[in-house]
Amino acid sequence: MSGRQRLAAVFSRCKTEGRAALVGFLTAGDPGVQESKQLLLALAAEVDVLEIGMPFSDPMADGAVIQAASERALEAGTKLADLFALAAAVRRAHPALGIVLMGYGNTALATGMEHFANNAANAGVDGVLLVDIPPEEGAICDDALAQAGLARILLLAPTSSEARMQLVGERATGFIYYVSLTGITGAKMGAVETIAGKVAAIRQHTNLPVCVGFGVKSAGQAAAIAKVADGVVVGSQFVGLVAQHRTDIAAAVAALAAEAGGMRRAIMEASLI
Amino acid sequence: MSDSSIPPITHAPDAGGHFGRFGGKFAAETLMQPLAELEEAFFAAWQDPEFHRQRCDLLKNYVGRPTPLYHATNLSREVGGAQIWLKREDLTHTGAHKINNTIGQGLLAKRMGKPRVIAETGAGQHGVATATVAAMFGLKCDVYMGREDTVRQAPNVYRMKLLGANVIPVDSGTATLKDALNDALRDWVASCEDTFYIIGTVAGPHPYPLMVRQFHAVIGEEARAQMLAQAGRLPDVAIACVGGGSNAMGLLHPLRDDDVRLIAVEAAGLGLNSGAHAASLAAGRAGILHGNLTYLLEDLEGQIQGTHSISAGLDYPGVGPELAYMYEQGRLELAAADDDEALDAFHRLTLSEGIIPALESSHALAAAMRMAAEMAPEEIVLVNLSGRGDKDMESVMRREQAGFSEGTP
Repeated sequence: MSGRQRLAAVFSRCKTEGRAALVGFLTAGDPGVQESKQLLLALAAEVDVLEIGMPFSDPMADGAVIQAASERALEAGTKLADLFALAAAVRRAHPALGIVLMGYGNTALATGMEHFANNAANAGVDGVLLVDIPPEEGAICDDALAQAGLARILLLAPTSSEARMQLVGERATGFIYYVSLTGITGAKMGAVETIAGKVAAIRQHTNLPVCVGFGVKSAGQAAAIAKVADGVVVGSQFVGLVAQHRTDIAAAVAALAAEAGGMRRAIMEASLI
Repeated sequence: MSDSSIPPITHAPDAGGHFGRFGGKFAAETLMQPLAELEEAFFAAWQDPEFHRQRCDLLKNYVGRPTPLYHATNLSREVGGAQIWLKREDLTHTGAHKINNTIGQGLLAKRMGKPRVIAETGAGQHGVATATVAAMFGLKCDVYMGREDTVRQAPNVYRMKLLGANVIPVDSGTATLKDALNDALRDWVASCEDTFYIIGTVAGPHPYPLMVRQFHAVIGEEARAQMLAQAGRLPDVAIACVGGGSNAMGLLHPLRDDDVRLIAVEAAGLGLNSGAHAASLAAGRAGILHGNLTYLLEDLEGQIQGTHSISAGLDYPGVGPELAYMYEQGRLELAAADDDEALDAFHRLTLSEGIIPALESSHALAAAMRMAAEMAPEEIVLVNLSGRGDKDMESVMRREQAGFSEGTP
């Protein structure tokens, strides 16, 4: 089964259950590679799709929380080999989970795009989201990702025009990630009504699942988004818990499981209403 | 250029902003629409004679253009060999070439109805040039500057504050120019509705590399005409220092179709083999940073490396994508000058000609003197003296006092 197929299966399973998917993000290697493995496995048990952040020295689209996570991971010596090993460990434990790598184009390009895509696919990754490679620059990665069976997840934002929705609708595979706000990760979430309108507009241009993220911090917000989108992405909230408990990994694992579990239940309840 | 004419855009990138495999628009989705609007506004302005009338008027009466072309006869005699001629961008208002670009982008911000501008700055010259036009145009101005740079370029921080700008020190990453750029981009992602981002070099996502080049091309256009008028011929070699590459593209772009060798001088810091330098073209490889694909100083896994140069303005791990393209095409030659060579050139120009150059420009001078010494007296080396050294007084003084006490036997 290719990564694309597995991602499609995840979203169709959620749809059958009448609920949105919970997508959770953590930065690989934060606060250290071994600790990161425990944290990723804990989060993986609560979510439908796990987004593994690839640490980068210059994370331009990220707010302070995820920047700090990147810095901790790099200071701990996290390498690409660790990233793939972490993904593979999660895959072994969770055969049906969606696994996505998220980060910046330079990380994927550094060792050659085909090499990167093959390593990702071999580790059991399903899709890749490179925030600074928009569809216009897809020539640099689209073929390599497609040949490895990986989904090319693309973003849309409040500033995106109808023409861009169409372009992204044509080029994206796996799912579309709608950024709920005009800003960086971890900022304040936009109004749910506005988000609902945008998601509806995006659906005019695609049959792919539309997930909404940036600024989702509470179970209440997750539930509200779950009613209007196919998936809810939570990142800075989880990464913030890791930062808070980084000297006590057992506590971090417990906090993550509780927070993600709360969001998962809120999303399920939202589907019943 | 006559006031009413529309300057042609030659050597343009493709529609996506690519110079060969370099350049492009490697930006977050949120910025793609603002970048498209900026591109449209730039091309519309460029086709509008009124835009050029305003721009040329300001360049003449506010900036003080044309800047002189000066035959540095004393320095040339001292070096021996070819004639060294200086394009005196140090004599512009604010003391560096940077204002050519901020006038252009400031006018664009006004045309687009944006009440606020932001900028990143390294040495502070671009920040000062942005704060200056913001004061003149009545725009709110925030400037991002690495914490380390706010210390070593303290006079420029105060100048920006006097001009009404808000200077925001950046502590993330290495706390230098690249991190200032990251934070300016983060600001713009959230503020693009009412904010114009005035990028200070020929890098960033399309249309910035093209736009900034066009606004600085006045340097080379003037120098070309002045060479013909004053020396009766074009130079054999044209030399500029390169951090991001704005003064280099400004001087070299209008000479690229002539039979002139074009030289980019990078900062070798403590030496090209020391690991402490900023020579992206000489020692980097192609990667993606700050919206474009270009040569970067990075490790094997694509993590951007810290740089070092005595001059804050050259302390950047990337380079404009068009320079990367010209280098790969064989149209651009590379040279390097380390901290000591730049300091030596700084003193030699000051003593021989009574001109105190910026440390950035001193790198170009160092390479020019080295080359001129090997050339014949009838040959001409044209150097872009991109800025004056006032801002560097304190750091040169501190360094030499320290060196004096350590080095005196």
